[in-house]
Amino acid sequence: MHLLILAILIPFIATALIPLIHKRTGALHIGWLVLLVPLVLFTIFVFQIPTISTDETLIQTVNWIPSIGINFTTYLDGLSLIMALLITGMGSLVVLYSIYYLSSSDSFPHFYAYLLLFMGAMLGVVLSDNLLVLYVFWELTSISSFLLIAFWYHRKNSRYGAQKSLLITVFGGFGMLAGFLMLHSMTGTFSIREVAAVMGQYTDHSLFYPAMFLVLLGAFTKSAQFPFHIWLPDAMEAPTPVSAYLHSATMVKAGIYLVARFTPTFGGDAAWFWTVTLVGLVTLFWGAFCAVRQTDLKALLAYSTISQLGLIMSLFGLGSAALHFGAGSQGEIYGLAVFAALFHMVNHSTFKGALFMVVGIVDHQVGTRDIRRLGGLMAFLPITFTFAVIGSFSMAGLPFFNGFLSKEMFFTASVNAAGLPIFEVATWGLLIPIIAWIASVFTFVYCMIFVFRTFFGPSHLKKLDRRPVEPSIGMLISPAILCVLIIALFFMPNLLGDHLLRPALNGVIPGIPGASPHISAWHGFNTELFMTLGIIVIGTVLFLTIRSWYKIYRLQPAGWTFTVLYNSFLKDLKRVSNWITTHYMTGHLPAYFAYIFSFFIAVSGGALIFTGALSIDLSADSPVSVYEGMLTAVMAIAAISILFAKKRLTAILLNGVLGFSIAIFFVLFRAPDLALTQLVIETVTTVLFLLCFNFLPEWTKDNASKRINIRNAIIAIGAGVTVTLIGLTVNSGTLFTSISGYFENSYELAGGDNIVNAILGDFRAFDTMLESLVLFIAGLGVYTLIRLKHGKGPDKDEHQ
Amino acid sequence: MSINDVILKTVSKAVVLIILTFGIYLFLSGHNQPGGGFIGGLVIASAFVLMFLSYDSETVSEALPIDFKKLSAFGVLLAMTSGVVPMFFGEAFLSQSFGYFDLPIFGKTELATVTIFEAGIALTVVGVVVNIILSISEDE
Repeated sequence: MHLLILAILIPFIATALIPLIHKRTGALHIGWLVLLVPLVLFTIFVFQIPTISTDETLIQTVNWIPSIGINFTTYLDGLSLIMALLITGMGSLVVLYSIYYLSSSDSFPHFYAYLLLFMGAMLGVVLSDNLLVLYVFWELTSISSFLLIAFWYHRKNSRYGAQKSLLITVFGGFGMLAGFLMLHSMTGTFSIREVAAVMGQYTDHSLFYPAMFLVLLGAFTKSAQFPFHIWLPDAMEAPTPVSAYLHSATMVKAGIYLVARFTPTFGGDAAWFWTVTLVGLVTLFWGAFCAVRQTDLKALLAYSTISQLGLIMSLFGLGSAALHFGAGSQGEIYGLAVFAALFHMVNHSTFKGALFMVVGIVDHQVGTRDIRRLGGLMAFLPITFTFAVIGSFSMAGLPFFNGFLSKEMFFTASVNAAGLPIFEVATWGLLIPIIAWIASVFTFVYCMIFVFRTFFGPSHLKKLDRRPVEPSIGMLISPAILCVLIIALFFMPNLLGDHLLRPALNGVIPGIPGASPHISAWHGFNTELFMTLGIIVIGTVLFLTIRSWYKIYRLQPAGWTFTVLYNSFLKDLKRVSNWITTHYMTGHLPAYFAYIFSFFIAVSGGALIFTGALSIDLSADSPVSVYEGMLTAVMAIAAISILFAKKRLTAILLNGVLGFSIAIFFVLFRAPDLALTQLVIETVTTVLFLLCFNFLPEWTKDNASKRINIRNAIIAIGAGVTVTLIGLTVNSGTLFTSISGYFENSYELAGGDNIVNAILGDFRAFDTMLESLVLFIAGLGVYTLIRLKHGKGPDKDEHQ
Repeated sequence: MSINDVILKTVSKAVVLIILTFGIYLFLSGHNQPGGGFIGGLVIASAFVLMFLSYDSETVSEALPIDFKKLSAFGVLLAMTSGVVPMFFGEAFLSQSFGYFDLPIFGKTELATVTIFEAGIALTVVGVVVNIILSISEDE
């Protein structure tokens, strides 16, 4: 059995089961059943570690739409495995945590259905080898993130944050899709591995850079890189387990995963190196800088996540230089950055996950996350305090925690990069370690703010809603496990390095196996150590004197933020589209028909003339029989009479004459299927007409001006002429080879005598399926338009 | 209640049964003869519409507790699922297969997976058509 495909499907199947079982669990919290899913998946992936750590990879393919090269190909290498372990491991911890976090008034089935949907989609992203399959899962993660941010949808801010995240990430996703299509048009394959293998021949292709930047657009929007980072702070309206899971540990790392996955494709190119590195560094600095000024603990963590994602991103950018050199000592030196990136990606998930859970506990037990109202909690929440210290100190890059190791490697990589002999680094190269260092100082400052403002100092018990106590043990298990990991990874980093990071490194920068180092905490007194010491000293000074320099945050004018830009863009977009829409959507049906038919004449008639397809040859046509002539006459009379009908009922009946005459035509031409369908459709339409009859306004003659009447007449005659010409032309030439011979074999190929149905249900089943989907959506549209009119919604929602 | 209603109700009681039978016949015969999921669904839908026309919607809903919205959703789901299943057997999405079996009573019979797909289409059509007509007719 295809293990990987099963792993992707299990969460989706579980999602579908939740509505069926949630009422039958009785006293058992549904979260316990949901917990089984990530636990089982985590176990499955853990058992893959021995295979993957020997640099083997797993490829499993299921045909999906092989005729256009879309196959459900799954691929497991070190990089995918790290991501899959993060997704399922963090997933287990977060589900466990959420069981105690959610209150009984929340809708558990919705929460867990969305969460499982996300889990499946995210596994799909990291395990797919097919670009289009990856894209579908990618957008699915955006949608499940949207649903989870808006979980408390009665809050206005939740809806705003959900919309913002969806607009920005889906915007990037569309760009990425365009990039994928460009890759396909260059290489002729949708397989990521095959694209990477042949990309070397296409670096001079005119689509090479557009494809690169569009793929990066997708990655940057998803991973909240500057200037697209603005959605992440607003995403904090989601329940805290969601923030810990999607918006710090997994989903926001999808963009980083994409960059890592495409490093073999684009890496070694100067544009890729500079774009990824610079965007990463700017994000690293800006995120850390903004985090210091936050007063909401979750917002602080959001900006810190942005900053840390920038750090990982910039490391992947720096490491891509290794591909320029290939195997050898220089490649190994710069390849270290990729190793550091992978290491920090894991470390970030552990400490940021723990910190989010700490904030969740504080919020849950104290009732606020506002730093100005918190303080002195150490006495009340000693266990939570311990977690906070471990998480923050690891994030600040202090020793005895895993963050120290990857932070040191980050400094090594940035110092190495300053001396890079290629890509014209020499001029500006020194800026790389300097920005890295300054950003790390701010990182240190906000880590201290997180710990000291919350847990030390005077307690403001009077301002708090209730006296805080430690939460139940269940809520402490998940952060405890993460904190143990943080410390364990400091003392045994090579266990992770040898078994997971090294194989992953081979996936990102193939052919440079020596880039994987032996991780050790002590390197002697070198530049990196002095950088860390400097951070501690300067950071402490800045933290203690924060009041005196805090005013630099007021230097930024209030209106000069990207959020303001985003808001005004949305407002203008709404205004302009409203303006355009009101100008052509007149609510007047004849006007709409005029648009539709003019467009039809222009496109179909134009195509007929400009492609030279217009050639009328009647010699091969069969003679017109008497019946057909009579029927045509009847239809013509009925059609012309409609124009002069005095009552609506007359017009409807005349229209019916047209419909039934067409049915008779079908009978004459021996198309019983079509005749039947036409008859039933006529009947149902007539019923619909009768139902609407009472609601329709008085039928008055249109008092349009003569000019408009003439214009309409021209359009009407033009449409008629176009249809007639197409009808006459159809038989006279063949532009394509006929496919009817294929359909004539329907009995052998599809086992059916009825060719029409063999085409609908078998040869062209895809069309039929999508048509039925369109029909379904149209039905829902009619239902919602009529039943859910404006103003019928529940009143408890906050409005604008 | 006017006299016309009595005639309509009496007639439709019998006619609905005939139309439904005809619809199901069309659905099943579609493989080799005129008919199929779409037309079968339409005919079945028109039978339901006739019921709703001759009786009020409360009476029909009581006798026939079907949520037509859910029915159409189920239809789409069925059509799609029938397309996914072949993927588990190494075939492409939506590929259909058929075989000939010797069944008791029926003798040699052809069984085709396309019937499941067509059933999905038929249910979608029934659900959507009835749902649209009900929505419009119940609008105040």
